[in-house]
Amino acid sequence: MKALLTGNAAIARGAFEAGVSFAAGYPGTPSTEILETIGRLYPQIEARWSPNEKVALEVGIGASLAGVRALVAMKHVGLNVAADPLFTFSYTGVNGGLLIVSADDPGLHSSQNEQDNRNYARSAKVPLLEPSDSMEAIEMTVYAFRLSEEFDTPVLLRTTTRINHTKTIVTLKERQDIACREYRRNTPKNVMIPAYGRLRHQFVEERMRRLQEASENTPLNRVEKGNSIGIITSGITYQYVREAVPDASVLKLGMPYPLPAALVREFAAGVEELYVVEELDPFLEDAVKALGLNPRGKELFPLTGEITPAMIAEKISGKKLFPGVALPGDYKEEEIPPRPPVLCPGCAHRGVFYTLKKLDLIVSGDIGCYTLGCLPPLESIDSCVCMGASIGIAVGMERANPLLKGRIVVVIGDSTFFHSGLTGLLEAIYNRSTITVIILDNRITAMTGHQEHPGTGKTLRGEKTVSVDPLAVAKGMGVKRLRVAEPLDLQSFTQVLKEELTAPELSVIVARHPCALHKPTAGQRYYVRIDKCSGCLLCLRLGCPALYVQEEEGKQKASIDKNLCGGCSLCSQVCRQGAIMEEVAE
Amino acid sequence: MMTLETTLLLVGVGGQGTILAGKVIASWALKQGSLVKVSEVHGMSQRGGSVVTHIRIGQEIFSPLVERGGAEFIIATEKLEAWRWLPYLQQNGTLIVNEQEIYPLPVLTGARSYPHALGSRLQKSAARVLMIDALKIALRCGEPRAANMVLLGVFAKEIGAKRVDWHQALKQNIREQYLEKNILAFNAGYEQKFTI
Repeated sequence: MKALLTGNAAIARGAFEAGVSFAAGYPGTPSTEILETIGRLYPQIEARWSPNEKVALEVGIGASLAGVRALVAMKHVGLNVAADPLFTFSYTGVNGGLLIVSADDPGLHSSQNEQDNRNYARSAKVPLLEPSDSMEAIEMTVYAFRLSEEFDTPVLLRTTTRINHTKTIVTLKERQDIACREYRRNTPKNVMIPAYGRLRHQFVEERMRRLQEASENTPLNRVEKGNSIGIITSGITYQYVREAVPDASVLKLGMPYPLPAALVREFAAGVEELYVVEELDPFLEDAVKALGLNPRGKELFPLTGEITPAMIAEKISGKKLFPGVALPGDYKEEEIPPRPPVLCPGCAHRGVFYTLKKLDLIVSGDIGCYTLGCLPPLESIDSCVCMGASIGIAVGMERANPLLKGRIVVVIGDSTFFHSGLTGLLEAIYNRSTITVIILDNRITAMTGHQEHPGTGKTLRGEKTVSVDPLAVAKGMGVKRLRVAEPLDLQSFTQVLKEELTAPELSVIVARHPCALHKPTAGQRYYVRIDKCSGCLLCLRLGCPALYVQEEEGKQKASIDKNLCGGCSLCSQVCRQGAIMEEVAE
Repeated sequence: MMTLETTLLLVGVGGQGTILAGKVIASWALKQGSLVKVSEVHGMSQRGGSVVTHIRIGQEIFSPLVERGGAEFIIATEKLEAWRWLPYLQQNGTLIVNEQEIYPLPVLTGARSYPHALGSRLQKSAARVLMIDALKIALRCGEPRAANMVLLGVFAKEIGAKRVDWHQALKQNIREQYLEKNILAFNAGYEQKFTI
């Protein structure tokens, strides 16, 4: 049967067909839909959100050791979190096959960096697969489990946004019937004390040698014979190369690590000009150069952002893929205002950031929708590095510079707090920090499209489970000053925040209000009474997409787009004229 | 049967339904026996940002992306987005634009201004420009969120496709309770007369 699937849906399908029975992950664009699809379509697979990627990999390792095939999926930065178990699990190897999917994001469509996770395959000494479309995503997922079990190794499947979020046509197959393998204690293999670790490292190096042979012979690495221009490529750039220079000879590497050295040499010998086309790091290029070959790669193509077919055509064949565009004479790019993503109308984070800005505080931020609080007009975040970093950063700032004391606030979402805020909070408690931690508790993982987490009371499949309360967690860890505040009540929220800022010890404020997109406020909407509006436009400083300026008899007045208004009432609270009122239902 | 080969961009503002419109086009094209690649970006852009879906339809497609100067059609659910993505239109390409204006935040806060007279400037910006008040028509059909379907109707007529085939594609992608109003909106777009 044929279907049109995204790369993510295809990886989920591949897991199903490969007889996988366990899948775990943590949401992160562009990987999120892999676990979501498994949860929705394949009840044969136990699918779950873990609190973070490290835990997801650890439960995956447990499933593998216990004897079943397991898939663990995450975005590129998630693998940094999961790197610790990865590097040593590479030593122990598997029982049931284990596949780690890393979804990289060249171009930073929705990420804080654009690291190239192919490097993890080399550092952790595990084989790497890179699909070029959804059909290959299915095939390689299935192939990965055979590889994993045959070579006793975890396998890394690396995708990029254009693979994860592009739909291409696939052929669906039946699910393989894979039985649970027998479990037996195997101390020298699975208990990594130094004595056994030394032996397993030797095994890993021998495994690399055998994997390299496999890479020479796998059908995933193939030559497509064309003219005397030779291009080595993998992943999405394979498609771009075929589009841009259709007559060139191509060495397509579906298994780029370990590199099939003999195949590369043979390919290079058969062409006159040799190129490597890859996004981000010169991962293939460096390996090809280490063979003594001299391809052209990063001297032509950028180390940052995405590559396009037009770029490849221009650099390799010197041709333009499309004739120049004839734009109208009055077309000026600088005239086009940007349209950045914004906090939704009705979003409770807005109340928090409005208050933080007004009090002119130093705000250590974290990863989620609320990172948008750094943009004008709210612009009230000082730093954002990685998941869970906000608390540690705030603690360090406060201790290092006494002038900042009493002004440092943390904002961290509920899902992020559970992901990796807990250890940061422990640092703050243990080392007697006096910062104020605001947990933005909107009861969902919002940014990635509303996934459940340990605080929501539901599992990935929507089944009922324990709802962990961040306040109770903080209390149990030893925080003495704990408050719950309503971020949409500016007066009381400001009051609570001021009290906690002046307190000479650590405070945790849980700013609790459900996500406006997930659970919109029912009923009330607001409007501006034009006769009362003074035109001060203070309300516009909330940065709400529903508020705009209207010319009324030559004067500027505020106005509210009824279709967008989320009914949060913040604008009516900031209005000094009392001009913004709740609509009365007719 | 002649199968269509085309390259198009669907552009708009997060929340306007470009992703659903892309799904409908893909279903239709598959049914016509063409190969399809659809590429979109999720995540941060959903939050009211500028969004784009790339669609390529043909017999052999490699790159799923549309490049500058590569789109035969641009379907825009908002005027500023049509203007923003104009460099992606082929020289003899067709621009299908919803007359709606949605102000981005920098405009709402007064930091930037919405380009003046964009309607008439867009009208002169490409070989063929089909401008339509899709929101008004969708409202008349009883479903403001179906403005995207009005534009699909215009597109379907423009490529000479049969209406029933599109109804089928709508059916595959839209839930029963919303289907009727979406078909109404699609038909209204399909029947729209343009004077160019």
